[in-house]
Amino acid sequence: MNLAAVVPLDSTHGFLSPSGVEIVFVLVGLGVLGAALLTVTTKQLVHAALWLVVALGGLAIEYLLLTAEFIAWVQVLIYVGAVVVLVLFGLMLTRAPIGVSPDADSGNRWLALGVALAAAATLVTLVVDAFRCTWIDLGTVAGSTKANGVTLFRYWVLPFEALSVLLLAALVGAIVLSRREKKEP
Amino acid sequence: MTTTLDALVRCIAVLLVFLVFPLVIGQTEHKVMAHMQGRLGPMYAGGFHGWAQLVADGVKFAQKEDVVPSGADRKIFQLAPAVALLPYLLALVAIPLGPGGLLGQSLDAGLFFVLAVMGVGVLGSLMAGWASANKFSLLGGIRTAAQLMAYELPMLLAAASVAMAAGTVSLTGILGAFHWWWVPWQIVGGFVFFVSGLAELQRPPFDMPVADSEIIFGAYTEYTGLRFALFLLSEYAGILVVSALTAVLFLGGWHGPMAGSLGWLWMLLKTFALAFLVIWIRVTYPRLREDQLMRFAWTVLIPLSLAQLALTGIVKVVIS
Repeated sequence: MNLAAVVPLDSTHGFLSPSGVEIVFVLVGLGVLGAALLTVTTKQLVHAALWLVVALGGLAIEYLLLTAEFIAWVQVLIYVGAVVVLVLFGLMLTRAPIGVSPDADSGNRWLALGVALAAAATLVTLVVDAFRCTWIDLGTVAGSTKANGVTLFRYWVLPFEALSVLLLAALVGAIVLSRREKKEP
Repeated sequence: MTTTLDALVRCIAVLLVFLVFPLVIGQTEHKVMAHMQGRLGPMYAGGFHGWAQLVADGVKFAQKEDVVPSGADRKIFQLAPAVALLPYLLALVAIPLGPGGLLGQSLDAGLFFVLAVMGVGVLGSLMAGWASANKFSLLGGIRTAAQLMAYELPMLLAAASVAMAAGTVSLTGILGAFHWWWVPWQIVGGFVFFVSGLAELQRPPFDMPVADSEIIFGAYTEYTGLRFALFLLSEYAGILVVSALTAVLFLGGWHGPMAGSLGWLWMLLKTFALAFLVIWIRVTYPRLREDQLMRFAWTVLIPLSLAQLALTGIVKVVIS
C-alpha cells in the first residue's frame, strides 16, 4: 500500500494538521455513516439492501486505508458478495415491490434507535478507552495477509476455534431445521 | 513522476486489454460456434471472414433507443449494467500476464481481490432483475442469486487449495512458487474452479438465469441498446477473467519453455485455450435445470473441492 507511506511519522501527530489519508478516512467514514442511516430509514426494502452494499463497501475502503488489505477483500467477498446477495434473494423470493414498501416502518423504531445508540456508545467508549492516544504507524504494513495469519493462529487460536465450533453448530442446526421441513409433504 | 507515469501506462494497458480481448473472444465464439454447427458465421462485415462483426454490432447497439420501462426503478435499472461490467475491469488489474511485474498492480491478497470483485459483479444481474419490474426478469434474478450461493463455496475452496499449496494468496506469489507437477496435483481443484466459474458467468450449460428460450434472457429482458450491449460485454469479459484466473491458478500462467521472454505468450495461449473450451462446452451441452445445478454443486463440486483441499494439505505436510 503506497497510501500508508504518506502518513508523517514526525513529532506529535496533532489532530489539527491531519494528513491526506486521515482526511480520506474521515470522509469515507462519514459516507459509511450516511449510507448506514439511509439503509435503516429508506422506505424501499431493496434500496435498503443496496445502501447496505455501499456502507459495507465503504468499510472495506476504511480497512484498505488502514493497510489491512486482506480484511478488506474478505469484507467485500463475504458481506457484499454473499450476505447481501442472500438478503436480496430473500427479498425477491418474498416481497420486494418497486417503490415504497407499505410495511417498511416498524413500530419498534424508537426502541431500535435507543438500542443502536446504546450499542454505539458502548463500542465508542470501549475503543477510545482501549487505545486512547496510541499512534498506529501505518508505514510498516501492519495488516498484510501474513501478519494477520501469524496473529490469528499464534495469539488468537482459542477464540478462532471457539468461533468455528459456533459456526459449525449453526450449520448443523440449519441442516436439521431444513430437513425437518422437507419430510412433511 | 516515473511511478505516476508507470501507473498510468499500466492502467491504459489494462483498459486496452479489457476493451479488446472480450471482443476477440466474442468474435471467436461467433466463428467457432458456426463452424461446429456446419455454418460459416459472419462473413461480410469488415471483409476478411467477417472480422468486424462485433464492431458493427456495437454500432448497431449504440444507435438503438435506450428504453426504461415506466414501471421500473429508474436509477437502479440504469446503474445495473455498470455494476455488472466494472468489477471485471478491476479484476484484470491484479492478474499477472508475464514474469517480472508484467501486470497492472501486484496485490498482497490478489487472489481474494479477484474473487471478491467478481462476486460484486453478480449484484448487477440481481439489480437488473429486480429493477426491471418484469416477472421474467425477477425469475432470472432469483435464479442468479440461487446459483451464486451454490457455486461460490466450491470456487473458493478450490482457490484456497492452490493458495495453500503456494503458501500465499498473492497471484504473483502463487506463480512464483509454481512447479509443473502442480498441474496433476491440483487437477481436481482446477476442474471444480473452472466449472464453478462457468456457473458464475451463467454460461451454458449453467445459463438457467438467462435461458432465452424459457425466461427470455432473465434479468436482461427489458434492456435495449447500449446497456444490453454492456451486459453482453460483461459476459465476455467474465470469460476472459475466469479463463485467465484458471490459467494462473491451475495451469501455471506464464510458465513454459522460454518463460523469461515468451511468458506473456504462454499466458495468452492458456487463457485463450480455456476460453475456446468455454465456447466448445456451450455448443456441446444442453442447459441444466436449476435444481440439477444445485445438486451438482452440493453433492459433487463441494465434496470434490474438500477432497482436493485435504490432498493438498497431506502433500504439503509430507514434502515440507
